[in-house]
Amino acid sequence: MNSSNLLSITTFVYGLAAFLYIFSWIFKKPAPGILATWTAILGLAGNTAGIIMRWVESYWLGIGHAPLSNLYESLIFYSWTIILIYLVIEKRYKNRIIGAFTTPLAFLALAYASLSPNIDDRIQPLIPALKSNWLIAHVITCFVGYAAFAIAFGISFMYLLKQRENEHKGLLLDHFPEPNVLDELTHQMVVFGFLFLSIGIITGAVWANSAWGRYWGWDPKETWSLITWFVYATLLHARMMRGWHGKRIAYLSIAGFTAVLFTYFGVNLLPGLHSYG
Amino acid sequence: MYHSWWFRFLLLLLTTNIIVCSIDRLSATWKIIFVKIPPFNISRFRNLSNKEEFKDNRSPEILKKIYEPFISKSFSYIKSEQTDKGFYIFAEKRRWTRLGVYTIHLSIVLMLLGGLIGSIFGFEGFVNIPEGEKKESIQIRNTNKIHKLDFEIRCDDFNLSFYDSGAPKEYRSSLTILENGKPVVQKDIIVNDPLHYKGINLFQSSYGVLPSKEFVINFMSKESGMNYKKKAMIGQEMKIPEDMGTFVIKDYMNSYNFMGHNIGETLIGILTPNNIDPAKIILPLRYPNFDKMRKGNFAISVADYKPRYYTGLQVTKDPGVWVVYSGFIMIIIGCFIAFFMSHQRLFIEVERGGKKCKVMVAGTSNKNKLRMKDNLKEIAKNLAGLT
Ligand code: HEM
Repeated sequence: MNSSNLLSITTFVYGLAAFLYIFSWIFKKPAPGILATWTAILGLAGNTAGIIMRWVESYWLGIGHAPLSNLYESLIFYSWTIILIYLVIEKRYKNRIIGAFTTPLAFLALAYASLSPNIDDRIQPLIPALKSNWLIAHVITCFVGYAAFAIAFGISFMYLLKQRENEHKGLLLDHFPEPNVLDELTHQMVVFGFLFLSIGIITGAVWANSAWGRYWGWDPKETWSLITWFVYATLLHARMMRGWHGKRIAYLSIAGFTAVLFTYFGVNLLPGLHSYG
Repeated sequence: MYHSWWFRFLLLLLTTNIIVCSIDRLSATWKIIFVKIPPFNISRFRNLSNKEEFKDNRSPEILKKIYEPFISKSFSYIKSEQTDKGFYIFAEKRRWTRLGVYTIHLSIVLMLLGGLIGSIFGFEGFVNIPEGEKKESIQIRNTNKIHKLDFEIRCDDFNLSFYDSGAPKEYRSSLTILENGKPVVQKDIIVNDPLHYKGINLFQSSYGVLPSKEFVINFMSKESGMNYKKKAMIGQEMKIPEDMGTFVIKDYMNSYNFMGHNIGETLIGILTPNNIDPAKIILPLRYPNFDKMRKGNFAISVADYKPRYYTGLQVTKDPGVWVVYSGFIMIIIGCFIAFFMSHQRLFIEVERGGKKCKVMVAGTSNKNKLRMKDNLKEIAKNLAGLT
């Protein structure tokens, strides 16, 4: 068993957890929900072990480095962070329906990493540009930010469903958290993600300056991360200055996550220094 | 783009905008933030929906003695007053966190300012230095301008290494800085580990191969089967062993296209056998058996050569970088203050009512109101349990 196999298995565990959360929500059965939580915890353990094993394996290959160096490894860390943040929220807010809207994202990220034929899961040695401690700081902070935005996206989506309740009475929405809780939770996740995205962009800039002598070069990924940052800065201003709440914030949060996805995946189609993901 | 006038103008405009906007707001906020005695409005707190209530058997006098030290442990400002039926305590903390947003805006101003300083007083250029040579002028990027440095850079050595997979592992240049011809600094630089000297930074950014000047050419005679190795210089005619004529290397090419394939670095030579017309000979460095295809009297190949590298250095000067970096640090601190810390006000009122006292705990926070609700519950629970 190597880390890639373990992470493939973890993909299915996350898939099962996501399925159980959705099942428990739709059929209003608490038992599968509890099972879902334990499945998610099991998946998180597998994901953690996979990351550590991959780290160790890279040392066996004589090219030891933290597993944060390419698209495959970033996706693994991404799904790990999403599940971790979600489990903290579940514990704090004691609501499992949020899991039905967030754990599928972690499952999709890991499934994309494990199953896509375009993604290479071999452990590669670091090219000279990546040999820097800034790599670790930069990738971790960016992906913690992205993960918080992913969860904000899931919760914003729930908000939009919930606030339509008045028009379409839907029984599925009964056990949703109250709209103001969803709104507040979205805000908290955005704020958390914004702080980490800011640090991510900053560590990237400091790194670029130590490798190429410029902290900003309008590389497509840099430009798009700045656009993403501006979308969320707009959201925060709208909320703090204009007192925007609820629906409009939810739409902005969804727009922000679209920008995140483009920064993460779309930009790889363009040439630049970040083509590794 | 960095150095165009409109970019600088835009930066300046944005900077002015934030400064004007922030000063405008700050002048109002400042008075609110820096007050000796924070004002507060009792009836506003009494009417808050955000409150907790419980009953206590003890008298207001005793409760006051217990509550005050407890509250002043976690609140920086505390004030209490007697009322007709008991007393109230007003407390608050972190009023200064209202400055968090201004820290953020100021940090953005610093970053823009740093960018402006870099764009006006800095430069970004590059220079290619062959191994063993020195340069004192660099080319400014995206223009044809040459910039003369007040020192020389010598490349003593350039090395590159590869992983087994063929991916590059390391580019390393050994550089020496010379002042008036005397070496003052020596350092090996690699990607991510530049050389800083007199505010100028030298980064490893590229490399290239230069035609080497000397080659060892091997002649393999078909007749005798003998191999003859001879040193050759570009352009220098040489005699072929066994009196077979003459050979001269005409040219070195970094890449050569042979029947639609790129066969890499290649020497082009002219072979002049005795009494026969000269012929063009192609000697790809990577394929020593190439010339056997010609089926001549002897096969020629390149037995040895030493590639000469040049290192490509990015040369920059950016006196604004520390201004930008202080902006970076400030924005992180500012975001932390603005998002995770709040100005909290607490109001506790104790009223005698029959045998028991009624205790009311209310409060506001300028951010994160849900969290404040939990805080109030926690405080009420703690107060009820205090002895
Ligand atoms: C970390 C990001 C930011 C946060 C958290 C933030 C927060 C805020 C807040 C809370 C206010 C209201 C100030 C008050 O009530 O006194 C404000 C106003 C303002 N912000 Fe930001 N800001 C951020 C970034 C930016 C950026 C990037 C810009 C522009 C490039 C900007 C431009 C402005 C302007 C012009 C105002 C004043 C608007 C007015 O006074 O009418 N901010 N910001």
